[in-house]
Amino acid sequence: MATFGVLAEFKSPADLYRACERVRDAGYTRWDAHSPFPVHGLEGAMGMKRSKLPWIILVMALGGAATGFLLQTWVHSMAYPLTISGKPHFAWPAYVPITFELGVLGGALAAVFGMFGLNQLPRHHHPLFESARFARFSDDAFFISIEAVDPMFDAAAASKLLHGAGASHVEIVEDLP
Amino acid sequence: MAPIDENDRYDPVAGRPTLILGGHDFHAITEAVARPVEGKTPLAWWFCFLPSVALLGLLGVAVSWLFWEGIGVWGLNVPVGWAWDITNFVFWVGIGHAGTLISAILFLFRQKWRTSINRSAEAMTIFAVMCALIFPGIHVGRVWVAYFMFPIPNQMGMWPNFRSPLLWDVFAVSIYGSVSALFWYVGLIPDLATMRDRANTVLRQRVYGFFALGWRGSNRHWQHYEVAYLTLAGLATPLVLSVHSIVSMDFAVSQIPGWHTTIFPPYFVAGAIFSGFAMVITLMVICRSAFGLSDIITLRHFDYMAKIILVTGTMVGYAYGMEFFIAWYSGSPYELFTFTNRAMGPYAWAYWTMISCNVISPQVFWFKKARTSIPILFVMSIFVNIGMWFERFVIIVTSLHRDFLPSAWSYFRPTVWDVSCLLGSFGLFFTMFCLFVRFLPIVATAEVKTVLPQADPHAHPLPERTPVGDRLAEEGAH
Repeated sequence: MATFGVLAEFKSPADLYRACERVRDAGYTRWDAHSPFPVHGLEGAMGMKRSKLPWIILVMALGGAATGFLLQTWVHSMAYPLTISGKPHFAWPAYVPITFELGVLGGALAAVFGMFGLNQLPRHHHPLFESARFARFSDDAFFISIEAVDPMFDAAAASKLLHGAGASHVEIVEDLP
Repeated sequence: MAPIDENDRYDPVAGRPTLILGGHDFHAITEAVARPVEGKTPLAWWFCFLPSVALLGLLGVAVSWLFWEGIGVWGLNVPVGWAWDITNFVFWVGIGHAGTLISAILFLFRQKWRTSINRSAEAMTIFAVMCALIFPGIHVGRVWVAYFMFPIPNQMGMWPNFRSPLLWDVFAVSIYGSVSALFWYVGLIPDLATMRDRANTVLRQRVYGFFALGWRGSNRHWQHYEVAYLTLAGLATPLVLSVHSIVSMDFAVSQIPGWHTTIFPPYFVAGAIFSGFAMVITLMVICRSAFGLSDIITLRHFDYMAKIILVTGTMVGYAYGMEFFIAWYSGSPYELFTFTNRAMGPYAWAYWTMISCNVISPQVFWFKKARTSIPILFVMSIFVNIGMWFERFVIIVTSLHRDFLPSAWSYFRPTVWDVSCLLGSFGLFFTMFCLFVRFLPIVATAEVKTVLPQADPHAHPLPERTPVGDRLAEEGAH
């Protein structure tokens, strides 16, 4: 069976942070840190780029707002031009609330589903779930996984690096059959 | 700030006492939150749940009778065409606002104390919006054409009037409900993963696992997650302010004396936050003692919430006063009559109930003893809820019952079906809340862990609290 990678456990956010800096500086690219909560500043210690999510949200929020405005304009100026309370057909100030609300809806849907897309969730099955220790990531344990697909990967060298970085336990995780 | 509890510890990073008492580690937080969900159903839960379900059944009966017979079963009459239905709607939407304030606005302001209460406050928001949405739905009379409210292409080629505040309301409240649910679910994902990983039965593992989406605490995921959460907070903040502003425009855009005022949007938003925080206190006082969460939801949290109640209650009191000033200053005889009649007419009892509950009673919160006394907080929170329900009743009914023509004047009296609908909506709310506390983690454990001092990657082992004098001496020595 193929190897998924090496999984190392750390005792505290501080240990995880220092170890991430070591793994980053060693030049690995296909690796990850796992923690019960987002550790402050870890994206820097892992050398990650900024998230692209805000751009997706911006486009979808503007798209939602534009849809709202065009829908109202089309309904009152073209599809169903009724005069009510003497208001003009193209009464754009009255369109502001719904335009705004649909902009918010577009942005919120993009934030949630864009996040799922970028994170490739849902993914209910993952090789890391095969490790019995890994279940404690959602409680009080901190992990680093270095994947076998990393071009630099060598199980022995990766284990040595993680041990040297203060891991309390290191194991090899098998890939899914 | 002087610590409330002398046993608490000093957070060396934040430079003040720790938010979570008792010096718990990460595992202890997980245990404290997950245990009530995993244990046997307590008897007290059934004592809350069964009456709630009974009231929910009453709502079913009342709404069925309403559909069968028409809105005449309520006490409505010709000038008073809106009464308890819209009162209940505005009341429930307002309750929801504190949840969004805690989850979104306090998040943007980096108020870390929110983490202990945001999950349950957001749940409260969603259930309150569900209760609120019932009333505009059922008050239209011919419910089978309620779809006219939505822009659905139909064989009549007919479209809704987007220039009406009532339609803005449809969009504002339904989108508010949807965004609140999304926000709540995103916050729940890491905690659902915790429940999945602790599950002791296959069913629990499957169900929590399904909704946890395979979350594995990856920091590459946390990065996008935090951006999504921050943006949702940024979107929910103007949204929540817009929702009650739009609700207030249902009244303010019409030309009824007593409704047609520009102060309504900020006044309604302040009132919404005021009533919502009262409901949060009511619920948290119960949950905290029922589930043994007094180290996580501390007296400091109640102290802060009581201060918000004092501020917003005073803002509402200012608005009540300003309405009278404007009624006099406008020189409009109708406006002046409406307000004089409100305070001294046939509904004076309702007006003074509102003033006593909303303006006078919260003044006890100037005193720290009151802000940190659980019995006083609980009683006050009930008073505020009563007062804020009466505020909406006073605004709606007193403005309508004296029409422009004295021959049309009337007096609204609720029927048993009005009462059933109101009690039934509480049944729906508490049924949902009981199910929530039984099956989901009621505290955002992942977020609470981030406010523990040891969560900071640059933290040192937690020092015992040093007296303030010594600390200043140390700082001076550097």
